[in-house]
Amino acid sequence: MTEQATPASPVEADIEIYGALVDKVPSRPPRSQWIDVWQQFRKHKGAVFGGGFLLFITLAVIFGPFLWDVDPKALDIRNKNWRPIYQLLFDSEAQAGWAHPFGTDQLGRDIMAQMIAGGQVSMAVGWLAMALALLIGSAIGVISGYFKKLDFWLMRFTDLVLSLPILPLTLLAVTLFRQPLNARFGPEGGMFILIVGIIGLTSWMQTARIVRGDILALKEREFILAARSIGTRSSKIIRVHLLPNVISPIMVSATLGLATAIITESALSFLGVGFPSDFPTWGKLLSDAVSRMQEFPERVLLPGIAISLTVLSVNYLGDGLRDALDPRLRGR
Amino acid sequence: MLTFTIRRLLLSIPTLLFISMVIFLLLQLAPGDPMAQVPLTVPPEVKQKMREALGLGQPIYVQYYKWLIQFFWVEPQVFLDWATRETFLLGWLPDTNFSTFIDPDSGAVRPVQRIISWQTRSPVMDIVVQRMPQTLWVVGLSYIVGILIAIPIGVYSAYRHYSLFDQAGTFVTMVGFSIPPFFTGPLLIVVFSVTLGWLPSIYDTTHVVTDWASFKVQFFQMIMPVMVLALQTTAQISRYMRGAMLDNLNQDYVRTARAKGLKETSVVLVHVLRNSMIPVVTVIALGMPAIFGGAIITENVFKVNGIGQLLLTALFANDLPMVMTLTFIFAILIVLFNLIADVLYGLLDPRIRYD
Repeated sequence: MTEQATPASPVEADIEIYGALVDKVPSRPPRSQWIDVWQQFRKHKGAVFGGGFLLFITLAVIFGPFLWDVDPKALDIRNKNWRPIYQLLFDSEAQAGWAHPFGTDQLGRDIMAQMIAGGQVSMAVGWLAMALALLIGSAIGVISGYFKKLDFWLMRFTDLVLSLPILPLTLLAVTLFRQPLNARFGPEGGMFILIVGIIGLTSWMQTARIVRGDILALKEREFILAARSIGTRSSKIIRVHLLPNVISPIMVSATLGLATAIITESALSFLGVGFPSDFPTWGKLLSDAVSRMQEFPERVLLPGIAISLTVLSVNYLGDGLRDALDPRLRGR
Repeated sequence: MLTFTIRRLLLSIPTLLFISMVIFLLLQLAPGDPMAQVPLTVPPEVKQKMREALGLGQPIYVQYYKWLIQFFWVEPQVFLDWATRETFLLGWLPDTNFSTFIDPDSGAVRPVQRIISWQTRSPVMDIVVQRMPQTLWVVGLSYIVGILIAIPIGVYSAYRHYSLFDQAGTFVTMVGFSIPPFFTGPLLIVVFSVTLGWLPSIYDTTHVVTDWASFKVQFFQMIMPVMVLALQTTAQISRYMRGAMLDNLNQDYVRTARAKGLKETSVVLVHVLRNSMIPVVTVIALGMPAIFGGAIITENVFKVNGIGQLLLTALFANDLPMVMTLTFIFAILIVLFNLIADVLYGLLDPRIRYD
């Protein structure tokens, strides 16, 4: 072997040869995808407002009871039918005051405390039902996209469930299964489990379809072939390589799911098949107030506005997320 | 196309069977007892007899089979009999007698067993037929009104993309999407019936239109329920319309049409609109069942005694045959409109071929 004159270090030699090609500016670390997403998201004003409002209302119902520690179920029959505080602006004779900013109902219960308590239930139902629907939807979507044998049957099943009449069936299930669940978990707990379960079980289909479509496309890509060729097990391919890549459609359908879940819960309460009557949720407060809306329109307006604003903000958030997570739209 | 339609029709049979089975099993699993309202003084063995008279003593599959027979075989026969007896369309045919049979024991002519409501003890279908027109009027009209409002909004906001009108339109459709009908309903009632007193808050279904004055009453009482339902439709369809128009406005054929000197109105309203209508027509067909579901709530708000309200009262009264039949009618609507959407899509877009 002949001795070769080795350069002092390979780096120096490279600099000599490729010097002209090196950037003048020191190279920055690669930008994370999520920074891009965040910057695109920030451009969508409605989405930022929506996300902010959703955060606000979630925090408000979680920490509200600590700041406004009036018992929502405490009866105070002497101070019944107070008007909300803004009524004093038009009518100085009105029975209103800072003791009950939103007024009191026909039994003297504080409406502000009821709104906070109702919001807790509505938001909890919304978040949990959405999480359940996402879990089922992603699982079915991933399995049917990844395993060819199961695809046909799972998708036929999804189509079948999609053609079920959802609202009538939900009404049916809630009315029919109320008794046994109430007996086991108590009237509030039983209803909570029932409503979350039913909304979750009837709203996973869109997620499953979208996730399946994405998985089918991803499965044919080279990195999956590479992972498989080094002997990665299917479960790990799904967990490590596929799931992180379908996170954006899942997030978008999560926002839609949250909105639907909140509306469905309120609709059930409104139709009188939801939670028991002294248990406040936004839908329940609204439906209880409808019979007296001529004298006390604010009792319809307040929960109605709370539901509508929450759903509106969630929809805007979803709109913004869809734009931000779509790489084709990003940077425009 | 014909083979596709026939294949889809055949495929919808197992779908409907599956759905009916789901509904039936759900009702079977339910702990509700139709005898719960019977006074406690009635002895248990009599109650058991009453249960058997309702057909509850049989095994589940027999009950299911009988329901299927009654729904798919007996009810069409009754309908045919009625059609050849009373309607103008088929009345010239000789009267048929499918729905009666001769009792082998006594030799008397007796009507066949139909699906009987536990509430009223009358055939379920008769009640459904009574209630259907109210729902169809309100729902159908609201859908037409919604589409008529939505399409111009969608077209214009796509044509003036990112203009003030587009931004406002997007906001309004988002709001319409988000406000649930059980809030818009009471809100409209408070504003227009209670405060302003312009419109009645309750839909009077016994009202008969005979002259101009009664037509005006009918018109005024329909405004609010129709508009509440139409708001949802408008929000959804104008979104789709806008998206489809935006996709098409940048296509090459639009540039060609402009280049050969066509007027802008005919480019947009003939070339682009017609092509954009393809996906929108599908959405319109697919949204039809959902609007029937939404009608359950709206009917409850405005006290319209349509099929949605019928379903609710039947649920509360534990009237299982009625609930089963109504839910299944909703399912048929969904399957039917899915089929219509698919077929329409293939008919309108010659590029789509189902083979």
